[in-house]
Amino acid sequence: MMKRLLFLLPVVVFAVIAGYFLWGLAPERDPRDVPTAMLDKPVPDFDLAAVPGLNVPGLATADLAGGGVVMVNFFASWCVPCRAEHVYLSALTGETGVPLYGINHRDKAEDAVAWLAELGNPYQRVGADPGRAAVEWGVTGVPETFIVDDAGRIRWHHRGPLVPEIIERQVKPLLAALAP
Amino acid sequence: MSLRSLLVALSLLLAAPAFAVEPSEMLDDPVLEQRARALSAEIRCVVCQNESIDSSNAEIAHELRVLVRERLVAGDTDQQVLDYLVARYGDFVLLRPPVKPATYLLWFGPFLILLFGVVAVFVFFRRQRAAATLPPALSVEEEARLARLLGDQAAEEERPEKA
Repeated sequence: MMKRLLFLLPVVVFAVIAGYFLWGLAPERDPRDVPTAMLDKPVPDFDLAAVPGLNVPGLATADLAGGGVVMVNFFASWCVPCRAEHVYLSALTGETGVPLYGINHRDKAEDAVAWLAELGNPYQRVGADPGRAAVEWGVTGVPETFIVDDAGRIRWHHRGPLVPEIIERQVKPLLAALAP
Repeated sequence: MSLRSLLVALSLLLAAPAFAVEPSEMLDDPVLEQRARALSAEIRCVVCQNESIDSSNAEIAHELRVLVRERLVAGDTDQQVLDYLVARYGDFVLLRPPVKPATYLLWFGPFLILLFGVVAVFVFFRRQRAAATLPPALSVEEEARLARLLGDQAAEEERPEKA
């Protein structure tokens, strides 16, 4: 009996290895994905001045608690995926009414102003970040988007542009669940 | 010509490995700067992924190098600096994964496989030695029975097939 079971061993080993390959090749798995450590933590301490020339105020930690659910989006005028997601972000804020706050990452003020003048400004507040705020938020690059609940806790974090599929599958259900 | 190529080869040998640390980032205190360099070599640049912030030219690596130095100047221990970064980027930011239950398999797995191999080799050689020692010779009764069985078979084969 034991001997017979031993013959099954190669099959079992093959099945385990094939399982790993299947997991490794799954199209939805991105091996370069950086895990987020910020989920369910309070928003970090930061205080960013407004972008000069832009007619919206800056952004600080105090603006993110007690004001209902808000979205925080890191963007820059030099960032191509930011341009791609801009239209979806604008549509989302128009549709849901959830305030969108921006953090303008490593950008020239005049470039940011021109970029928002060209594409439209969906942000109610925009803080100018020379680089440190991104580290405080655990951001690796632009664009990245967070959803912050009424208590000022980070409930969702996405690296990369917000495409319609992610908005429909993740953002909208979460916003609906967090809304009072 | 050969002298020149020799000189080129020599100068290549003498060239120090390039680091990304810019002079403006360096601290005046050589002890703190040394700690910052050692720490930077352990921290992953989160956009270039397999480079440490000590050798990466990415902007975020520059930001993290400056931050590491700021925290060291502020009096943080090395561990406090790493904890600060892990709280924001997770264990991913460490180039050397920490030893904890989730990474036991990673750290000890190779030794486990080695142990399996040693046991397998041991068992294999023991079996081979057991096979090499022949069983005791047949007894008289067994010889007689064997002859009878073989005889039967021979008789069977000689018998012509019935149609």
